[in-house]
Amino acid sequence: MVEACPITISVAPGDFDVAADVAALSKGRLDIGAIASFVGLCRDEQGQLSALELEHYPGMAEAELSRIAADATQRWPLMGIVIRHRYGVMQPGERIVAVICAASHRGAALAATDFIMDFLKSRAPFWKKEHKSQGCAQDWVDAREADAAALKRWHEGGVGQK
Amino acid sequence: MRIVYFAWVRERIGRAEEELDLPDAVRSVDDVIDFLVARGEDYAHAFSARKSIRAALDKAHVHSTALIAGARELAFFPPMTGG
Repeated sequence: MVEACPITISVAPGDFDVAADVAALSKGRLDIGAIASFVGLCRDEQGQLSALELEHYPGMAEAELSRIAADATQRWPLMGIVIRHRYGVMQPGERIVAVICAASHRGAALAATDFIMDFLKSRAPFWKKEHKSQGCAQDWVDAREADAAALKRWHEGGVGQK
Repeated sequence: MRIVYFAWVRERIGRAEEELDLPDAVRSVDDVIDFLVARGEDYAHAFSARKSIRAALDKAHVHSTALIAGARELAFFPPMTGG
């Protein structure tokens, strides 16, 4: 029997292979019609960032991502979820996070990916510290109001159904 | 009880974790913060923006009114900025 919705959660320092994850999700399954993916990159807006340091809470990071993935399976008929988040020091342009969701149809796959990213940003215990290229300035990145506001739309009725 | 700190909360307190014997009167997460703030300037500085500090008991988010009885690990950290 095929597992209804296999969930892969990974919190590790190393880079990941999104194409391999996409291929693995649908391997041996003919009922999957849509795979949506989001990849977040280390961004340098004004040429001022030399590196990004990501701190995490070992154990809780994995646990929280698992809770968010499980919530997504309650809202949409998903057929596979992969969430990968790196920690440690990253250079501009490097991948930080990937969320990949499989379903029969694109609506569920796209919405679930969006949902997982919204909750990941506000509830998964990761913190970014920017290392600037000039001098030795370091700054913790502030949480964005927009990220907190993004969660609210998922609490309003009618978003996601099974 | 094991208390762990992350990001700028950790930096302001000057340590990543510590084991504390809490008095019986310390029952909630809020009580723990009051207890810590009374311990010194570094703690007071870390918790000065108290409303923005998040807490987790045994690696799950909780409100500051949550009771700590039975929990082994309490974490304090700033709003999360992953993704």
